[in-house]
Amino acid sequence: MQTEFTPLAALLGGALIGFAATLLYAGLGRIAGISGMLTQVLEQPLGRGWRLAFLVGLVAGAGAWFAFGPGVPAPRAGFPLPWLLLAGVLVGFGTRMGNGCTSGHGICGLARLSRRSLVAVAVFMGAAILTVYVLRHALGLLP
Amino acid sequence: MNRFLLALAAGLLFGLGLAVSGMTNPDKVLNFLDLFGRWDPSLALVMGGALAVSVPGFAWVRGRGNSVFGDALADAPPPRVDGHLLAGSTLFGIGWGIAGYCPGPALASLTRGGEAVWFVLALLAGSQLARLFASRR
Repeated sequence: MQTEFTPLAALLGGALIGFAATLLYAGLGRIAGISGMLTQVLEQPLGRGWRLAFLVGLVAGAGAWFAFGPGVPAPRAGFPLPWLLLAGVLVGFGTRMGNGCTSGHGICGLARLSRRSLVAVAVFMGAAILTVYVLRHALGLLP
Repeated sequence: MNRFLLALAAGLLFGLGLAVSGMTNPDKVLNFLDLFGRWDPSLALVMGGALAVSVPGFAWVRGRGNSVFGDALADAPPPRVDGHLLAGSTLFGIGWGIAGYCPGPALASLTRGGEAVWFVLALLAGSQLARLFASRR
């Protein structure tokens, strides 16, 4: 589906995300990496509290915008379930193996000027762009 | 203010930012990745807006040397780029390019039900597969 370029909302939302990541680093010295936090909340009883608090906040903060924000688009529907599940498994597997996702490597890793994170971001961006090209244009499998 | 409240506040702002920026809309993400089609550059500005705050913010915290609550700062990651980082990031990128969800926006969309719930369940399964895979090596 076509989407509109929304520069102001993107910059404002981005700044909020950057501020939130900085707040967590300044307050607790921790990195706001969502994939890692999720894994540790489920698997590491020790030091679970702040991670759980962050993730509850994440769900609630976005939920509040969905409920009360202006012009929120309806959730996507009709995306083929087998593709969705395959994508979820790949994202779960890959972020654990590669130790981070868009938040941990993208926002925090780059902010820490980490070479590892810079490589990770280049690789997952490149792989994602190629995937969209192949699925949408070369094979025409997904809209 | 205690540590949990701070983490909760950071999470609230992070989730709000994801939703405000439009990144919880997987079509917007896929269109950003679609350089040769319906390109929507919004995600680049989300990243730019985030880094405009986090780069100086993180530098300030590093300059302080510890956190406000006195914790040591999370260890700097080792500079080494290894096969796991490359293979993992590649698989993540493929999954991201298929459905348009990365972990943050998928979790942030849970209150909307529907496909986000399925995606997060599959993500948890994938994470367990990676754990098994790592323990067998």
